[in-house]
Order: sequence, then C-alpha cells, then structure tokens
Amino acid sequence: MKDFMFIFRGPSPEDLNYTPEQYQAAMQKWFGWIGELSAKGRYVGGDPLVREGKTIQGKKPVVTDGPFAEGKELLGGYIIIKAESLQEATEMAFGFPDFEVEGSVEVREIMKMTMP
Amino acid sequence: MSDADKPSPQQLVDHLFRHEAGKMIAVLTRIFGIHNLELVEDTVQETFLKALQVWKYKALPDNPSAWLMQVARNRTIDLIRRQQKQTNISDELSMRLQSDAELAIEQLFLDTEIADSQLRMIFTCCHPALSPEDQVALTLKTVSGFGVQEIARALVSNEAAIQKRIYRAKEYIREHQIQFEIPSGLALSDRLETVYTVLYLLFNEGYNSMKADELIRHDLCAEAMRLCKLLTEHKVCAQPSCFALLALMCFQASRFDSRLGEDNTIILLQQQDRGKWDRELIALGYQFLSQSSTGSYLSVYHIESAIAAEHCLAPDFESTNWNTLLRLYDLLLIRKPIPIVQLNRAVILAQTAGVATAIDTILDIPGILELLDRHYIYAAVLGELYRRAGNAAESRRLLEKAYTLTPSLAEKRLLQEKLAAIA
Repeated sequence: MKDFMFIFRGPSPEDLNYTPEQYQAAMQKWFGWIGELSAKGRYVGGDPLVREGKTIQGKKPVVTDGPFAEGKELLGGYIIIKAESLQEATEMAFGFPDFEVEGSVEVREIMKMTMP
Repeated sequence: MSDADKPSPQQLVDHLFRHEAGKMIAVLTRIFGIHNLELVEDTVQETFLKALQVWKYKALPDNPSAWLMQVARNRTIDLIRRQQKQTNISDELSMRLQSDAELAIEQLFLDTEIADSQLRMIFTCCHPALSPEDQVALTLKTVSGFGVQEIARALVSNEAAIQKRIYRAKEYIREHQIQFEIPSGLALSDRLETVYTVLYLLFNEGYNSMKADELIRHDLCAEAMRLCKLLTEHKVCAQPSCFALLALMCFQASRFDSRLGEDNTIILLQQQDRGKWDRELIALGYQFLSQSSTGSYLSVYHIESAIAAEHCLAPDFESTNWNTLLRLYDLLLIRKPIPIVQLNRAVILAQTAGVATAIDTILDIPGILELLDRHYIYAAVLGELYRRAGNAAESRRLLEKAYTLTPSLAEKRLLQEKLAAIA
C-alpha cells in the first residue's frame, strides 16, 4: 500500500458562521468519515492548519502576511491515508464531508525516497 | 441493547454544542458583563471552531464538555491578561490583580457556579420589561444555544424578524443596565412568575404550534423541560410552582407522539392509543407533582398539572373522572378567568351536565361572537357540540367556519372528516 495525502481547501468554519447545532452536525460527519477510514486501517493521521501565516517568495525573498487565499481556496488541513492506488485513494476521498460548503480535496501520492 | 446499537465512542451526545453554548455564554457573561454579550458570543464561537478543527482529525476527547470549558477558560484568561496590560499600573500590582482575577475565573468555571450563571441568564432574558416575543427569542438564542434560523423555524417567523427581536432585547438590557443576577427577597417570586410564563410559552410553542415541523417542535418542548428542571435543581428557585410546571410539561409531553397519526392527522384525546403514552414521563410527572405539593400557595400550574394528571390516570376515555376535572376547571377559572379556560371547562361540562348545558355556557362567554369569527378553536368545539346535540345545520356552519380559520393542514383534515360525518 502507498501513502496518500488529502489536502483540504475550502472556507474556514469561522466564515460559515455555524450555529451550535451546525457545528455538531459538521463534527458528526467528520467522525463518520475519519472513523470509517480508521476502522479499515487506512487512516494514518492528520492535522488542521492555523489560519494565520506568512508567505515568502521572490528572488529577493519578500515576506507577506497570510491568509493567502480567500474563501474556498484556503488551505485548511490535511490527512494521510493508505491506499492501493491513486484510483482507490480518489474513491476514498468522496467521503469528504465539506463538498457541500464548497470545499475540495486534492489527492496526492507521497513519494517514498528509497536509498540507492 | 445489542453491540451494534451501542453508541460508538465517536458519537456526540445529542445537542451537546447547544447545551455547552448556553453554559459558556452564561459563565462568560458573568466574567465580561452583560454589556459585552458580543464578545462573549465571539469567544464561544472561537471555542467551537477550535473543537471542530482539532476533534475532526483526532479522537473525541474523553470529556468533550470539560475540554470545551477548558478552552473557553484559557481564552478568557488570555483576554483578561491582555486588558490588564493596558492599564497604567506597575508590573507588580498588575501581577497581583492578575492572579486574583484568574482565581476568580477558575471559581466561576466550577459546576455549581455554572448552574448559578445559567439561572442569572434565564432571569435576564426573561426580564419583565421585555415583551414576551423578545423574551422567548433571546432565551432560545442565549440560554439554549439555538441559531437564528432555528429560532425562526421554531417560532414560524423569518430570520430578519428574529434578528431584530434579539437585537432589540440586547439593546434594552444594555441601555437600562439590567443586572445579571438571581433576584432576591420579594422580587424573586414575581420574577419567577415571568420565567415560568416564558418557559410555558416555549413549551406550548412546541406542543401546539400548527406550522413548525415535528423535529423542531420536539426540540422546543425538550428545551423548555430542561430549563424548568434546571430551576428545580437550584435551592432558591426550586419553588413548589416550579415543580408543578415541570409536572405539567411531563404529562403533556407524554402524549406528544400519540397526538398525530401516520399521515399527520390529529388524533383527539378520545381516540388516542393510551398505550402509546410515555409511561416514563408520566411517572416523572407524578414525582414532580408530589414534590410540588408543599407550601400553601396553589399556582395555576398546580391546577393545570392536576388536570393533566387526571387524564393520564384514566385507563380509557370513558373512565375519565369528569367530576374531578370539572372541579379543577372551576378552580382554574377563578385564577384564569379567560375565554379559552371557559371553553375547555365547557367541554368537561358536556360530559357531566350534558351537551345543551355546555353549548349554553359557551354562548355565555363574553365576546363569544367575535371569538367564533376569529379563532378556529371556538368554532370547532362549538360545532362539534352542536353535532352531538343533533343540530346539523348549526354544526356544519361552525365547522366550515373553523375550516377557513385554521392554518393547520392536520386540523383541516380533521374538520373535513367531521363535516363528512354530518352529511
């Protein structure tokens, strides 16, 4: 099995202005998805990213303040899962709960460095 | 319970976030003051946000409620620290004030103090200077953790109107410097009366609302009961009337699921399957009713819960003790001399003294002609009594009137059935 990274983009929950009941519903959906991946032994781990940050770029590097993107482009977090193929990983990503709030998942295989 | 039915560890308790929101808002208001309600609500939002982000990738903490409170407390101490830094005092004094403040904050996050703060919030939201509509909306928002759209759905209103009510109520509280406290001495019983009224209103909104969907109606009833129970658990607020109100709610709620048929038709008391009544709630009702029978004051809730208990006591409609009910309604009428009580009493009278007496009693209600013209319930009840008296023409006229007056589809269906039966 290979490791894949699911990279989540989408509006931050603070922009969605959830009511307590909606927080609960969102949480429950995530528990359902992550729980299913864990039960199958496919979930490796993951973390949310703090919204604030810095970007450094340019030939003479310049530091700019985050957030780097608006709304649905905002990078919110990642998880790592195990799958046989990119195809299977992509199918597993369909359980992502935030499609309905314009979130997206980028599925990337993690390249394993092997010693020559 | 089989293994498959057991809640998995990743299952949240029903309405956990709503209930925790109510607790946190109350505690934080005690710390930052009622004039800072916006800051308080923002802090609660931040806490939930953090929970959502962290919990969704990891396991649910062992005690989610304690986890949330811990985050809120840390955030609070952080905010207070920042404010202290801005004052013109020495570092030493600032440190001392800070440790005093932190100690006080720790205290306010203790369970007993949380309950106390929640009651202060209930009294503030149910302040008698606010209109009943504003009291209900603010209570649902601030004490119960309902969102604006959920309140709008529950009260069959729109979001803008609810937003306005809440805004208006908050402004009033700020401008008039309403104290965030549990009233004491003579003021307490008066203020408690207002709280009971709001809770009963909340409950009835859920129990009787003709338009809201079943799910949110159920939430409203459960919430009214939860808050009423909270009152009974507080040494100062646990008055006999409070237990009586809670008993009344239990008896009513026990029939919640048997009032509606599968196709959402209304099932009248007479036809309800009494086997479907929630025996556990009825037992709770009797328990609270017995706890209410202390002291010398007989509240309307005592009488109304006794009436509800009487219905629950009868194994079937025919064996209802109508004479006891009539005596209770006579008592209630003295305390609440209003048309709807007179109407309900007349229904009992039809069983004890006959349909003709009941009809005469209804026709004697002051302003009855206008009531028949405006509120479907009067036309529906009187029309039904005329049907039983054999006056088909008068019955049809009134039932048709009721049909045009009620907004409820379930009621319309019921009236239609009755009209068909006359023909």
